[in-house]
Amino acid sequence: MLPDTSPPAKAALELRNVSKYFGDLAALAGVQLRVEPGEAILLYGPNGAGKTTLLRLLATLVRPSEGEVWFAGQEVHRHAARARAAIGFVSHATYLYGDLTVRENLKLIGTLFALPRLEKKIVAALELFRLGDRARTPVRALSRGLQQRVALARAFLHEPQFLLLDEPFTGLDAASVSTLEDLMSQLPARGKAVVFSTHDFERGAALARRIVALESGRIRYDGPLALVPRNLLRVTSEKAESSGQ
Amino acid sequence: MQSLRIISAIFAKDLRLEWRNRETLASMCVFGILVVFLFNFAFEPAREESLRLLPGLLWISFAFAGVLCFNRSFAVERENACLEGMALAPFDPGLIYLGKMLANLVFLGIAESVIVFAASLWYNFSFVPSLRWFALITFLGTVGYVAVGTTFGAIAANTRMREVMLPVLQFPIAVPVFIAGIEASTGALKGDPPSNYLGWIKLAAGFAVVFTVLSYLLFEYVVEE
Repeated sequence: MLPDTSPPAKAALELRNVSKYFGDLAALAGVQLRVEPGEAILLYGPNGAGKTTLLRLLATLVRPSEGEVWFAGQEVHRHAARARAAIGFVSHATYLYGDLTVRENLKLIGTLFALPRLEKKIVAALELFRLGDRARTPVRALSRGLQQRVALARAFLHEPQFLLLDEPFTGLDAASVSTLEDLMSQLPARGKAVVFSTHDFERGAALARRIVALESGRIRYDGPLALVPRNLLRVTSEKAESSGQ
Repeated sequence: MQSLRIISAIFAKDLRLEWRNRETLASMCVFGILVVFLFNFAFEPAREESLRLLPGLLWISFAFAGVLCFNRSFAVERENACLEGMALAPFDPGLIYLGKMLANLVFLGIAESVIVFAASLWYNFSFVPSLRWFALITFLGTVGYVAVGTTFGAIAANTRMREVMLPVLQFPIAVPVFIAGIEASTGALKGDPPSNYLGWIKLAAGFAVVFTVLSYLLFEYVVEE
C-alpha cells in the first residue's frame, strides 16, 4: 500500500545535527536545517561546500554519518517511502534512460510513483516543459538542455511537496530558464517548498526568500536573504571564483 | 497489486532496452557458444566422455554468460544514475531487485537455450529423452544463480573494477548452485532415476528461495549510498 501523499499538518523536512563523512573528508558537519512547506531556499556556496551532499541527504539518497533526517515528525529512513512520495529531486545526473523515449521515461517514473491519471499528467508535463514534439524521441538523441527539461518534467510529474534542485538552470536556454523560474516562484504560494542551489547568485536571490550559505560543510548563515551579511556573500563569492566557477 | 505493477514496469523496461540495443543477449549467446566450441576442440570427447563432460561444460558456459548478463544489467542503470533515480520513488527497493532479476532470468534462459542447442549439435548429443528433468534442474539452478548475480551485479556496479569484481564476488557464493546443477544434470542426462539426484534438485531449489528472499530484503542497502 502506498503512502498517503497529502501533506500532514506540519510536514517539515529536517536535518538534525547531521554530519556526513566520505572517508576522512567531512562533507557536512553539524548541520541543522528545517524546510517548511511554502519556503523558497537558496543554497549558496563555493564548490565543495556541501550543497549537493545536503540536497542528497534531504532527498533520502544518502544516510547521514551522524544525526538524523526527519520528515513530518518521523525519522525518514524508517518511513522512507512516505518522504519520497513528497520529494522531487533534480540532480546533476538526469536519471533518464537514454534508449527510452521522453514519454516512456515519464511513464516509467509515473508508474513507480503510482500516479493516478498518469496519461493526463504526462501530457501536462510535456506541455509545461515544451516537450510535446519530442515525446517520441529517445532521450539519447536530445541535447543536454532538452535532457535537463525532461529531468525537470520527471521531478515535477508527481507534484512533490518538496522540490530539491541541484543547479537546475544548467544547460537550459533562456525560454526554459524563464519557464523554470515561473514554476519555482509559484510553488511557495501553493504551499510547496523549493530548495535549490545555483552559482548564479542574482538569479537565486530573485527566487528565494531565505538563504543558506554553506562553506566547508558548515552553515555560515541561515536566514532571510535581505539580512545576509555582505561580507559573507563576498567571501563565498571569492571562494566560488577561486574554485573556478 | 501495486507492487506487481512496479515489478512489471521495471521488467518491461529492461526487456524494452535490450530489444532496442541488443547488446546483452547477443554477447551472452556468442560467448556461451564460443566456450562450447573451444571445449570441443580442446577435448574432442567421444560420446561416453561427452556425457561426463557435458554438464560441467554447460554450467561453465552458463556461469560466464551470466557474468556478462549481470554486468550489462547494471551498466544500463549506471548511465545517468538511473538506479538512483528509481530509488527516489516511494516503494520498497526490493521490488527493483525482483524486476531486474526477472529480466536477467529471461535473458539468461534464452542464452542457455541457445548454448544447449549448440552443445547438442557439436557433441552430437540429444537432450530430448531427459529434457523435462534437465529443464527443471537448469531452471532452478538458473534462478539461484540469477538471484545471487543480480545482487552482486548491483554491488559491483559501484566499484572501479566492476568487470573483475563481479565474478570474484559472486562465484564463491554461487558454488553450491553450480555443484547442484552439474551433479543433477549429470544424473538426468545419464538417464538415472530422479531419486538419485533429487537431493541436488532440492539444494538448488532451496538456494534459489533463500538467496532470492535475502537479496530482496537487503537490496535497499545495496542501492543506498
